Parts: sequence; structure tokens; C-alpha cells
Amino acid sequence: MDGYLGSYATLGILLLVAGAFFAVAYTANRLLRTNAPSAAKSTTYECGLDPAGGDWAQAQIRYYVYAFLYALFAVESVFLFPWATVFDALGMITVAEMGVFVAVLALGLLYAWRKGVLSWTTA
Amino acid sequence: MNDIQLPPIDYAALLPMLIVFGLACVGILAEAFVPRKHRFAVQATLTLAALIAGLVTVIINRDLEVTTIGGAVTIDGAGLFLQGIILVLGIVAFGLIAERRLERGGAFVANAAHAADSDGDKKQLNEAGATEIFPLTLFAIAGMMLFCVSGDLLTMFVALEVFSLPLYLMCGLARRRRLLSQESALKYFLLGAFASAFFLYGVALIYGYAGSVQLVAIKQSVLDSDKSGVLLAAGLALLAIGLLFKAAAVPFHVWTPDVYQGAPTPITALMAACVKAAAFGGLLRVFNVAFETTSWDWRPVITAVAMATMIVGSILAVTQTDIKRLLAYSSIANAGYLLVGVVSLGGAVGSSMFYLVAYGFSVLAAFGMVTLVRDADGEATHLSRWAGLGKGSPLFSAMFTIIMLGFAGIPLTSGFSSKFALFSSAWDANQSALVIVGVLSSVVLAFPYLKVVVLLWLNPPGDETPTVSVPGYLTRAVVGVGVLATIVLGVAPSWLLDMVNSAGTFLAK
Repeated sequence: MDGYLGSYATLGILLLVAGAFFAVAYTANRLLRTNAPSAAKSTTYECGLDPAGGDWAQAQIRYYVYAFLYALFAVESVFLFPWATVFDALGMITVAEMGVFVAVLALGLLYAWRKGVLSWTTA
Repeated sequence: MNDIQLPPIDYAALLPMLIVFGLACVGILAEAFVPRKHRFAVQATLTLAALIAGLVTVIINRDLEVTTIGGAVTIDGAGLFLQGIILVLGIVAFGLIAERRLERGGAFVANAAHAADSDGDKKQLNEAGATEIFPLTLFAIAGMMLFCVSGDLLTMFVALEVFSLPLYLMCGLARRRRLLSQESALKYFLLGAFASAFFLYGVALIYGYAGSVQLVAIKQSVLDSDKSGVLLAAGLALLAIGLLFKAAAVPFHVWTPDVYQGAPTPITALMAACVKAAAFGGLLRVFNVAFETTSWDWRPVITAVAMATMIVGSILAVTQTDIKRLLAYSSIANAGYLLVGVVSLGGAVGSSMFYLVAYGFSVLAAFGMVTLVRDADGEATHLSRWAGLGKGSPLFSAMFTIIMLGFAGIPLTSGFSSKFALFSSAWDANQSALVIVGVLSSVVLAFPYLKVVVLLWLNPPGDETPTVSVPGYLTRAVVGVGVLATIVLGVAPSWLLDMVNSAGTFLAK
């Protein structure tokens, strides 16, 4: 259990235990349960509604706006929070640098807004 | 709390990249605010200005040797020369991207997201193309410039993504054959994402070994680390997969023909010239700076990859019937020749860079001429349609013949001088097996090129032989520059060879 890669042995044992747990639980389940299959039981569960349409559907391209905005604000905050705890010790230069960083992200938002991406209804 | 030390930043050394990145951002603003009818002119001017300003600042910086932003960027002779190559080839490729005379609205569509052959897609066939292509090109080129000078693996990864993401997008923008274009973009994106994941995992393992991602620190830790060598070997293998994917080396080459064929031809030209230069710039830097001292471990593997790349690329090129796929396989085989330069390490850096310049100009001219052979459905890329073009368009055919002879490595062309320089420096580095495979495979590779030449001149033109479009000024300039460079670098290569040799190698301290 020593050496650099030795610490991975713990992880390996955990994986083995997890595999064994999974196998025991499912085997016990199979042995104990009753078995009464029906057609309704093997349909896809979709929040209680009857599933409609095929499974090969095209996702609405509009949803990328969520991803776009999420990435924009998430990336921004990931850097803003740690910066906020130290910027007073580092002086104006870091304020300017963070300004540049936020401005670059804001540029993306500005572009998206001008292109009409942020309004949901117009195509 | 520990005091945080801000790393010193040498803005002068970063200026070329700052200019290109900055003007790319301005391009985004222009896209949002400039009225539609002026957009093309504004964007094209801005892009050309950015590339030229970048080149001028690179030339001003030519004697600089400095490591800055805490080791994230290493500006050295070889790095600056690679940046210069990328900018020069980028300026030439810009001519193809900005060409709007061959096809109304240019080679690109406005909305890549329309499903192929849907109503919206048919309607946009006659609309002007997207001008976003210009800021995307700038971002891609700036990313490539950063890739060649990154001093640590994380900066290299960021640069890799910065130049890859715009390329994935641009591949899907072809005006004709939309389905093929979208397919190529998706394939390139998915496989590229896998390659990025491999790269990143390799970086993680190497960090586990060396305790740093800086190339010079990795070199140092190879000498005095007490960690398991398995970490280093596994990390290096994964890292190499990521890099070899971008360089299109066998067995990571399968995307190349599909993407080269489906992407709009100006973008294919950009990929074949600039991305090749950037990918090999990165490979050369990583292997020369970080892993030079472990060359006993990786040399046999990379040698095998280089041989496989040369052999598979040249043999499959023989069987191709589409000019873009033929050029794609030829670019794979050329990646094999460049890998010979990577394996040969220090002494071959200069001749590898010379090869990148020579190949870049020729391939830009070749794809430039592919855009000219058109019928009603756009470019006619099937080789059977090229039969007998020499009768109706002798000047075009003569120029294409020069490029093909250059690729085949006939003396007095750049193909000969660059292969000669590369193979002789590999020979000096005791890589005789690689040189022999290289020479033999280039004999095989000469066959498909000469087949095209025979097709152009000796076959009778058919009823379906397309016309060669009268090129606009821009394409004319691109083809002219490419053909001229192919001849000049073949007849009088010494000045450029002196330049690459005096540019020196990578800074490893």
C-alpha cells in the first residue's frame, strides 16, 4: 500500500467491493421478487406520460442558448470569486486584468444579443 | 495567507498574438454592429490588417528570446519562425477565404445549422455567406500562433482548443454539398474532442510524474524524479495521441480524407497549410524541449508511427478518385515525412520548418486551383472530370502540373529541396531506416501525382469536362504566389535554409 501508485490500491479495493455489492444486491432481488412481465411494464417511463414519437428525435437547436449563457456566467464566476478575495492586495493591475477578462466575455453576450439569440420566440 | 506574486508579462513578446486576438474580438463587434452590406468589406480589411500587423511584429521581434507570464509562453527563434510561417500562410489562405467572384456570396453559407436540403437550406444557397468566417479565421490563426510558443502543457491545451473549435465550425459552412460538409464538421468535432481528452489525460499523468506542466520542468524531472516511470510513459503516450491526431499521423488519420473532402475548399487549404505547421510546431517543441532526454523510450514508437504514416498515406493516395481526397492522403504522407524530422530531434528542426513552408505554399496553390474547376453544381472534384483539361485551359493545367511535380519531389521544385534537406538531416541523426522508407514511399506517392498530370494533358476531354472559372484577383494571387514559391524554393532554396538555420532551435531553459 505504499509507493506512488500504491495508494490506488485502496481505490481498486473499493471498486471490487462496489462490484460485489452490486452483484449481491441484484442476485438477492432476482431470487426474492415475483416475476410477472407485461407489455406496459417494458415501455419507456417518461414522467408518467405515455411516451410519444420515436426515440430518434432532433433536439431543438434553441437550447444551445442555455448552454451558451451557462458557460458565459459559470466561467465568469469561477474566476471572479477567487479574484474577489485577493484583488485588494494586488492593486489596480488585477482590476484592469479582470476588467479585460469580463469585457471579453461581455463581448460574446453582446454579439448574441445583437444577433437576436436571447429572444426565445423569433427564429 | 501567502502573498501572491504576479508573474511579469513581456507585452512586446506577446504583441503579435495580442494583435490577432484583439482584432478578432473587434471582428465580433463589427459583425454585431456594422450594417450588413458593409460587413464583408470591413471584415476582410480587418482580417488582412490583423494578419499583416501580426507578421510585422513577429519580424520586429525576430531576435527575441524570452520566457514570460510565469513560463506559460516561450518566445524563441524557432517559435517566432513558426509564428511567421503560420501568418504568411494565413495571409495566402485569406485570399481563398475572401474570394467572392467564383461563386455569388462566397464559398460559405450564412447558417450552418439548417438541416441539409431543407427549405431554409435551399433558400440560403443564393444568399451571401457568413462573414463570421473572418473572426473565426483570426481566432484559429491566433490559437495556432500560441500553440507553437506555449511553454507549458496547459497553455498548449488551451491553444489547441482555441484553434480547433473555430475549425470545427468552419468545416460545416460549405455552400455546396451541405450534407458532406455537415458530416465532416461533426466527424472532426467528435474525433477532435476525443483527441483533446487524450491530450488532457496525458497532461494529468505527466503532472503526476513531474509535479509541473512546464516543459522545462518536465525535462528536469526526467533526470531526478523518483516517481514511477510508468506515469511518464503513459502520460507521454496519451499526449502524443492528442498531438498526432492534429498532425494526421497514422493510425489517427481516419478523419483527414472525410474532413478535407467535406470542408469548404478554402478551409481545407487553411487546415492543410497552417494547422499542419502549428501541429508540427507543437510536436517539435514538446519532443525537443520536454522529452529530449527520454528519447530512448519514445523513439521506437514514433519511428513506427512515422513509417506507417508514410506508407499508408502514399499507398492509399494511389487509389483515390477524388482530387480533394487525393490531396488529403498526400497530406497524411507528408505528415509522415515531417515526423521523420520530429524523430531526428535537434538537427532536423530547421529542415522541418523549411518543409512546412515549402509544403504549405504548394498545398495552398493546389487547393486554390481545385476551387477553379467548376460546373453548375460547384466544384467538380472527381478526377474523371479533370480528364483533358489541358486542351481548353493550358495555363491552368501547366500550373497544376508544376504543383504536382513539386509534390512528387522532382528536382528544381520546392518538393525536392525540402525533402532533400529533411532526409539529409535525418540521415545525419542516424535515422537511416526512416530515410529509406521515406524515399521509397515518395516514389510510390509520385504515382498519383503523375497520374493527375497524365489525366490533364494526355486524356481526351469528355462531354462533361467542366470549365475552369476565370479566377478573381484573390485566387489568382494565391495560385500565383503558391506556384512561384514552389519554383523559387526549388531553384534557390539557400536563403530560406539560412534563415531557418539562423532561427535556431527551441529555448530549453
